[in-house]
Amino acid sequence: MAAVTSRGQRFGRPVAILAILAVTLIFLSPILWIGATAFKPRAVATSVPPTVFFEPEVTPFVKLLTKRVQLKQPVAPEVYEAAPWWEKLVYDGGERVLKVGDEPQLSQYPNRFLNSLIVSIVSTVLAVSMGTITAYGFSRFKIKGEQDLLFFILSTRMLPPVVVAIPMFLMYRQFDLTDSHVGLIILYTAFNLSFSVWLMKGFIDEIPKEYEEAALVDGYTRMQAFFKIVLPEAATGIAATAVFCFITAWNEYAFALIMTNRRAQTAPPFIPSQIGSGLPEWTVIAAGTVLFLLPVAIFTFLLRNHLLRGVTFGAIRK
Amino acid sequence: MARIELQNITKTFGHHTALADLNLDVADGEFFVLLGPTGAGKTTTLRLIAGLEKPTAGNIRINGIDVNDWGPAERDTALVLQQYSLYPRLTVRENLAFPLKAKIRNTPPAEVEKRIDYAARTLRIGHLLDRKTDRLSGGEMQRVSIGRAIVREPQVFLMDEPLSNLDAKLREAMRSELKDLQRRLGATFIFVTHDQVEAMTMGDRMAVLNNGRIIQVGRPHEVYNNPRDTFVASFVGSPAINLLNGHLAANRAVVKPQSFELPISGAPASDGPMTFGVRPEDIQLASGAPVEARIHDIENHGIEKIVTLRVGSDLLRAAVPARLEVKVEDPVRFGWDPEKVMLFDAQTGLNLRHKAA
Repeated sequence: MAAVTSRGQRFGRPVAILAILAVTLIFLSPILWIGATAFKPRAVATSVPPTVFFEPEVTPFVKLLTKRVQLKQPVAPEVYEAAPWWEKLVYDGGERVLKVGDEPQLSQYPNRFLNSLIVSIVSTVLAVSMGTITAYGFSRFKIKGEQDLLFFILSTRMLPPVVVAIPMFLMYRQFDLTDSHVGLIILYTAFNLSFSVWLMKGFIDEIPKEYEEAALVDGYTRMQAFFKIVLPEAATGIAATAVFCFITAWNEYAFALIMTNRRAQTAPPFIPSQIGSGLPEWTVIAAGTVLFLLPVAIFTFLLRNHLLRGVTFGAIRK
Repeated sequence: MARIELQNITKTFGHHTALADLNLDVADGEFFVLLGPTGAGKTTTLRLIAGLEKPTAGNIRINGIDVNDWGPAERDTALVLQQYSLYPRLTVRENLAFPLKAKIRNTPPAEVEKRIDYAARTLRIGHLLDRKTDRLSGGEMQRVSIGRAIVREPQVFLMDEPLSNLDAKLREAMRSELKDLQRRLGATFIFVTHDQVEAMTMGDRMAVLNNGRIIQVGRPHEVYNNPRDTFVASFVGSPAINLLNGHLAANRAVVKPQSFELPISGAPASDGPMTFGVRPEDIQLASGAPVEARIHDIENHGIEKIVTLRVGSDLLRAAVPARLEVKVEDPVRFGWDPEKVMLFDAQTGLNLRHKAA
């Protein structure tokens, strides 16, 4: 194909690129800022005017992951010398790492992070698998009142979830589901299910039913045809749906704050709770936030091709 | 191989009746064509035989056994569709092996290889075996699709417009290939098409469907020469039959509105209004012929010319030898073969001389 460029295109392209860069920068600046803060020395983090160039250090991450107390007197030089590098960083800040015997004590952050992972992954798997099967049913079979049922499913998303927070809390207390992983998983699965059904229905509608019918005639059962033919074809949709569900569950704050306080608390309510007492350690909070951003970033990056197809779906005809 | 019987089949979708009281008996080893326009119920008939739909009423029998309660897998039919017929993401070889790997068949690997090899040789697709299906041309896809049916060695081959998506040249080649294949396999084929040429050239017998009913069943030449009504007469044959309104008067056809009169042999004693049907090849142009007309249009088909004649307000199409030199608006004279003219009831459209085959 011959490249046809009008004058508008020749000038338009660099302008468009510049505009995109500018917008990208605006959107990324909070992330850049929090990322930078996570590596700043404590004094630099809150300096006015803000410091842009500084010597990065990993002290905030060490502090984030360990339990510490203030040093009452300066640490003995021989103890300091014998300490591993990360412990020295804590000593430098006038604190020491709490230990049981020789084992350094971990802070609550890894535990909260793990809670976030468990709740998000399990609820995503549940929402996507249930959504896919439901969507398949709606897509392939004649169901009485199909439109009404689909609308009903959609209607669960029509009010902000927080509206039902108090009744939900009372119910959860009754069933002893507060501050439990199961409780949060049920909640997030319920949030995401309607979205998952609708998105997956769109994807499955696009898979010609002739494929499955051929498999049925070729001697496969409906279930086998579903797993062998429909699922591989729906992989793109499943990936896109999973990313969206995972992000929703991962970022959820309000219910996690209300429903959990210790055992099943996830990272989003935990991170700001660190601000509470004494001088806020902004660098440690920033470090917690940066680590918190990583799973979503990695997950989205791994599935980026599917995601692109997912958000533009319907625009492309096979 | 199998004999397929449909007995009093009715199929409704909601308020829509797709098939009404359909009866069909396809003999073992027959190439049977279901012909009809879109929405006639051809595909529904095929899906009922395959077991993808359940009839609202009536029985389906394969080899004399009632299969109404059988699922598609148990019926052992092979289905070839117009499109989307190959499994995506699989290679040609995997596509061919797919039906054999179903649990109910559980074919040993050596046998799978043997059958794939046989199908590949039969359809000349050996060089394609390791290709992904999206790298195939339309004709290759349909070959593989047919191959996937062959490896099954099914009771019956069901084909739903398998040639419709192919270009004209390939379609022509595939027509004779399919017919040849059916003869070699000795299998029962049920072939759905809306293309009357496919029906005429391939079918041992054919059924013409319209609005969920079978209008006529018979050998292609019977249906062509002795159509049951004006629908069949005009659906089968290309260029289409000439249908002219008029009435009979003493063994002569009077074509309205008083345009011309021509003889008819063996006309029934009836003088009511009727429709005359005459095939283009039964109209002859000759200088001494009884009726005068003007040339309205000429289509040169190479082996013959189709000329449209204008008589008053009536237009007639006639097939004439290609070497005949005519120009638009030339005056010509024509007549017809009185033996070949068909008489249809003007109200019902039924052929008044139709003999039940």
